[in-house]
Amino acid sequence: MDKIQNKDAEVKMLSDMLLIRRFEERASQQYQMQKIGGFCHLYIGQEAVVVGSVAGVRHDDYIITAYRDHGHALARGTTANACMAELFGKATGCSKGLGGSMHFFDRENAMLGGHAIVGGHVPLAAGFGFASRYKGEDRVTLCYFGDGAINQGAFHEALNLAALYNLPVIFVCENNYFAMGTSVTRSTGLKEIADRARGYDMGSCAVDGMDVRAVRDTFHDVAEKIRKEPQPWFVEARTYRYRGHSMSDPATYRTKEELEKYKESDPIVKFRAVLTQEGLLTQERFDELDEAAKQAAIESVKFAEDSPEPPVEELYNYTFVNEGAK
Amino acid sequence: MSGLSDHPETRNITYRQALNEALAEELERDPNVFLMGEEVAEYNGAYKVSQGLLEKFGAKRIVDAPISEGGFAGLGIGAAMLGLRPVIEFMTFSFSLVAFDQVVNNAPNMMTMSGGQFTVPITFRGPNGPAHQLGATHSHSTESLFANFPGLKICTPATARDAKGLLKTAIRDDNPVLVLESELLYNVKSYVEPEDQELLIPLGSAEIRRDGGDVTILCYAQTVRMAVDAAKTLNAEGIRAEVVDLRSIKPLDMETILTSVAKTHRVVIAEQDRPFCGIGSELCYRIQKEIFDELDAPILRVAQEEVPMPYNEALEKAVLPSEQKIVDAVKKVCNA
Repeated sequence: MDKIQNKDAEVKMLSDMLLIRRFEERASQQYQMQKIGGFCHLYIGQEAVVVGSVAGVRHDDYIITAYRDHGHALARGTTANACMAELFGKATGCSKGLGGSMHFFDRENAMLGGHAIVGGHVPLAAGFGFASRYKGEDRVTLCYFGDGAINQGAFHEALNLAALYNLPVIFVCENNYFAMGTSVTRSTGLKEIADRARGYDMGSCAVDGMDVRAVRDTFHDVAEKIRKEPQPWFVEARTYRYRGHSMSDPATYRTKEELEKYKESDPIVKFRAVLTQEGLLTQERFDELDEAAKQAAIESVKFAEDSPEPPVEELYNYTFVNEGAK
Repeated sequence: MSGLSDHPETRNITYRQALNEALAEELERDPNVFLMGEEVAEYNGAYKVSQGLLEKFGAKRIVDAPISEGGFAGLGIGAAMLGLRPVIEFMTFSFSLVAFDQVVNNAPNMMTMSGGQFTVPITFRGPNGPAHQLGATHSHSTESLFANFPGLKICTPATARDAKGLLKTAIRDDNPVLVLESELLYNVKSYVEPEDQELLIPLGSAEIRRDGGDVTILCYAQTVRMAVDAAKTLNAEGIRAEVVDLRSIKPLDMETILTSVAKTHRVVIAEQDRPFCGIGSELCYRIQKEIFDELDAPILRVAQEEVPMPYNEALEKAVLPSEQKIVDAVKKVCNA
């Protein structure tokens, strides 16, 4: 029985990664068709980080991330429909069309937002950890950010506070080696990013962010450790984004060869091969999963197109709680 | 009637003590309220506003933070998103500027960005505005900066009673509220109801500190006492000034303001901030828009001079609004 549950959980990780991949491809297409406004940052290539980490912790553990947030909401269980509708700015979106690509929120799934000022959300995660301890809950917080955030003041202040107050927060650096167009070697003197944690006497480790199982196992172990003994932890997940920083970035700052090299260790291709080899996945089953992901993405576009705009009459309803215009 | 002076027969406490009572009462009433800031616990507060609270409520709820304003302001916002009611003390609002991103981006935007799923019931409090010879970096009046961001409420108590009643209301409000206190007022005593009487003063209600029919002086925080003193001086010269203490900047009590102006037809605004895009700019706009025909003279403003604050005592005095500057402005609008 354990084995069956285990198999289902493994296959779910694969289907979650496929859903993110197919959703992002569709979002890219819709952005180019100008159905989506503002900035749009795609998660393609990094899927194993969020899928593995979320699979390794409890569903009621809090998560918060930066602006590359589509994958985080999807991994947490926000529907593709609600995500695409948010990109279209529709009332049925996961933030009612008021947040946009960079501000996906889903309270029911303990997804406390995509946040768009680099590093600015890291202190909020310390606040979630503080609230968990204050209320006597055993929930942990996963706070994701990119390698570009680790040189920002808010990041350092938050790590210091988390260490000082022993807050159960896992700081997850999704190191994709580029802060927009600046490579990590041009933005920090550190050779190992996880060493940032040393300055705060915080435990840390690095994990292959292209290996969903390794990510899941790492996060499971860290989460259970800090659940019992509240303290922050730092995990560097080494990954790679295939697309530019945002839709408007042609990514000329890196070579084609480098990109192709990373694509060879594509998290979906790799995990599919592992599951197939272990007899947990057939070609037919994979095709089914991929087709389901593609259909969900196509359906989400239709859902978003057919959804209503947020009513202009409600413009003032979200500035203050329980009050209209002031 | 001004509410500024003590009454020998009744309970007079300092503005500092009033804030302390407000914190203690709300900490007592609601277990989700906690106080965090630099020196608030073991040191008993840089200005002793939190005196005795650590002893009474313990280290879980009265929390010393390192010098890390952006960090602990953000921590408070995160805790508020999960239902706690943090009171975040800035040792002075001049230091809130290093936490600006947290206060103006994360606190007031969260409800909109999340489509109403998350709210931020937080109070940011501490002294604001010039004190005495603190120089350029420690003398900022931040009210007009923060007033430009939708989603923040801002109050500016001038008396001990208002300090207590407004802070208690702020803590219970489900939105982010800034309580802009004043270091110069911490030691000033005035009447406050006995502790067994619940004192809540709504945000958005101005208070008439002195009745008059010739001119309206709009003021808040540090300029209230100056305005009342100016009104007394002017009274001796036959000019009866009505003094309206805004008490809160956002929301603004336009009804009380317009009623007074419609009665007096002349306005002087005595504000503690800088003139360019200051609170007075907004007041002028709103008054002329609503009741242009009621005005018998252009509105005059008494604000700081448009310079970084000098250290020298005489120069600082020259920068700040004063009773005399208010008297002069009133005489000008009254053609006296």
